[in-house]
Amino acid sequence: MTGPMRRISIGIVVLGLAAAVAAWFLSAPKQIGAADLPAGKGDPERGATLFAIGGCVSCHAPEGAKGTDKLVLAGGRAFKTEFGTFYAPNISPDPDAGIGRWEPVDFVNAMKYGTSPDGGHFYPAFPYTSYARMQVEDLLDLWAYLTVLPASDRANRPHDIGFPFSIRRAVGFWKLLYLAPEPVVPVGEDLERGRYLVEGPGHCGECHTPRSPIGGPDLARWLGGGPNPDGPGTIPNLTPGGETISGWSEADIAEYLKSGFTPDFDTAGGSMADVVENTSQLDDDDRLAIARYLKALPAVGAAE
Amino acid sequence: MRKVSIALAGAAIAATLAGTSALADGHLEKAVEARNAQMKLYAWNLGMLGGMAKGSVEYDAKKAKQAADNLHALSSLSQQGMWPEGSDNFAMEGKTRALPEIWTTYPAISEKGKALTDAAGALAQVAGNGLDALKAGIGDVGKSCGGCHKQFRAPK
Repeated sequence: MTGPMRRISIGIVVLGLAAAVAAWFLSAPKQIGAADLPAGKGDPERGATLFAIGGCVSCHAPEGAKGTDKLVLAGGRAFKTEFGTFYAPNISPDPDAGIGRWEPVDFVNAMKYGTSPDGGHFYPAFPYTSYARMQVEDLLDLWAYLTVLPASDRANRPHDIGFPFSIRRAVGFWKLLYLAPEPVVPVGEDLERGRYLVEGPGHCGECHTPRSPIGGPDLARWLGGGPNPDGPGTIPNLTPGGETISGWSEADIAEYLKSGFTPDFDTAGGSMADVVENTSQLDDDDRLAIARYLKALPAVGAAE
Repeated sequence: MRKVSIALAGAAIAATLAGTSALADGHLEKAVEARNAQMKLYAWNLGMLGGMAKGSVEYDAKKAKQAADNLHALSSLSQQGMWPEGSDNFAMEGKTRALPEIWTTYPAISEKGKALTDAAGALAQVAGNGLDALKAGIGDVGKSCGGCHKQFRAPK
């Protein structure tokens, strides 16, 4: 090979290398350092409220746990998706099986960036796309609460994920597309609390917003409902464009989140029954704030 | 005469077969209708009680007691035959939201049903004793409804 041909080949190799280097950096897990955290320790009492709205027990408590056993966040629950089966990890304070050796900054990095303490990507079955919208102070409060819960030495079960989704580094590209901490819906100051609870810790969009073919939230149809991941049926549209709750008043929605009763005295079912168990622990003001935000959502029509 | 008898017998047999198959075809649908009717009656009586608990209807001790008694009676009815095998939401998609787990984990559902009977019975004892007693009792009824709906009912 001589002359221009040879130069072109070298050019291609250089370009390829540059692309590979760029890809490596672009897909790198993001994290902050302990020095970036605000001073002071979290308040476990405030953390308890975030724990309730976050619904941590719904995924991380052992299946069928009742009463205070729900506070043992031993994990194990299976999540079947089209990408494979994910198993909720042990997030109890056990130093070996759980997250007892984590520092507060590790927790913040997990929740806001989906980054593990050893610098890897968590799969987005863990809804950090929503938690990324949480305030760091709130995360420290939540962390303070988690550390006082009972420990469990139950070992984690590895996820059962097929190729190519088994390449964790590729999650970095997924995050470039979908991990955006900005609020979804522009609202006035009076609706900010409701928006924060719904879009952030409440992670309502994870079920109620339809997803793209590679599993990212379709923000143009925010809270517009979607197929039920567990089988037949649909997760309801929560916007004023939907049929299920568009006729409900703010008080109706708040009551549903408290008692599980709909205005015509049906009750919450499926995974939503778990959600109501969580929201029933909030105070009335927060439930009303959620209801007011939902009533103010941009209408999303029926899916095509 | 003989021809007529044979014809009649044939018609009778045909009618019987048609009748049986109509029964077989509509059998599951009828069971689902009966279940839905039962749920509507629960909701009607709960609506009365829940309206009072929420404050949208004025508390009336007598009406509250009646509605709670109804609820308890309804929850005590035998539902024998109303849950035939094959009437789940996979076999009858779009017609029912009853999950196959009702049948595969039997008798778990009957324990949940008993929780409703117990909660409704407790509510019937106190519903006429004032608004606060009603509010306290209806929460447990709601939880027992949710107990079945959570595990055994698909979303719409």
